[in-house]
Amino acid sequence: MYCIINGETIHLPAHVRTVAQLLHHFHIHKKIAIVEINMHIVPKEDYEHTAIADGDRIEIVHFVGGG
Amino acid sequence: MNRYSRQQLFAPIGEKGQQCIRKKHVLIIGAGALGAANAETLVRAGVGKVTIVDRDYVEWSNLQRQQLYTEDDAAKQLPKAIAAFAHLQAINHDVVVEPIVADADARVLDRLVARGRPDVIIDSTDNFDVRMIINDVSQKYDVPWIYGACVGSYGLSYVIIPNETPCLRCLLEEVPLGIATCDIAGIISPAVHMVVAHQTAEALKICIHAPVNRKLVSFDIWHGQYRMIDVQKLKKDDCPSCGKTRTYPALQYENETKFAVLCGRETVQIRPAQRREREWTALISFLQQKGIQVVQNDYLCSFTVDGRRFVVFSDGRVFIHGTNDIQEAKKLYYQYLG
Repeated sequence: MYCIINGETIHLPAHVRTVAQLLHHFHIHKKIAIVEINMHIVPKEDYEHTAIADGDRIEIVHFVGGG
Repeated sequence: MNRYSRQQLFAPIGEKGQQCIRKKHVLIIGAGALGAANAETLVRAGVGKVTIVDRDYVEWSNLQRQQLYTEDDAAKQLPKAIAAFAHLQAINHDVVVEPIVADADARVLDRLVARGRPDVIIDSTDNFDVRMIINDVSQKYDVPWIYGACVGSYGLSYVIIPNETPCLRCLLEEVPLGIATCDIAGIISPAVHMVVAHQTAEALKICIHAPVNRKLVSFDIWHGQYRMIDVQKLKKDDCPSCGKTRTYPALQYENETKFAVLCGRETVQIRPAQRREREWTALISFLQQKGIQVVQNDYLCSFTVDGRRFVVFSDGRVFIHGTNDIQEAKKLYYQYLG
């Protein structure tokens, strides 16, 4: 499936079906990520069971500590 | 000629806004790359007072991006707050600059905010332990703060207004362990300046009581990405920092990250407040890319950087061998383990 992630069209392998799997796919720890799908923010407790679909516009922001 | 004329010509500020800015007190936590740039911009803009807190001294590796400092500061190993003070006073003597050479722990920050009553706190730190303390102090004394952070070419910023916006704990829940730091992944100056541009713009708005940007802003200046996410729905009524029943967890001694010298072993032990699994996959792959040998088993991983051996346990504890100096260990810990 294809999703628009942070403004870029990206092909995702078939096993990536939920937000949790998506973050795992990009090696992003779920505790430090904020995820928005089609302009709706996804609460952290819903990552495991929130499905992603072909054509979704997904924004992923991850926190960093440097400065 | 009025030195602030160009800023006053900018309609949203104007002469009235400038008068307002002149009366404001900004507390900047950290005088590294973010702190130096935030301080310079706000001192040039003519805020009334800047307090800048930092525990570190100027080193050669700082000069690539920490814009206030010179080779002379590095040669003399001046404390960053002191070097910043001298340069900021030379830039604008109208602004009262208060340098504080101290580790910004819960006690120090609580006192600084209670006593100094700043109008806004700007985060220029390099770790989440301090950010969570800033977050709680901000709520306790009802002072807005502006989060800012960067690594590599990536950065982000977010404004927290007590009783209005979600706080950092609403967004993060706990202090992340083992995420990328500038000492591992590097940092380029443009990423610093992009973060600071956002922080100082929001700080000026707070100074003149204009509405702030309530979105979480993030960008990658190298890859041309920029996004804003509306996080207002993430505000939690039961948040221990900003919710109905508050305990300000980061201000409690038992929740501090503890640093202790292990007697007779030339070792400092670092123990995060809660036992929890440390995420070290990313750290290990970074170290290996740099050709640093990492020994790993089910319980710990160890490696040597800067002539110091780090042992990182899976329960979150860390040993730094080869030093008895807590301040040095603290600096190394946050530099490499975030």
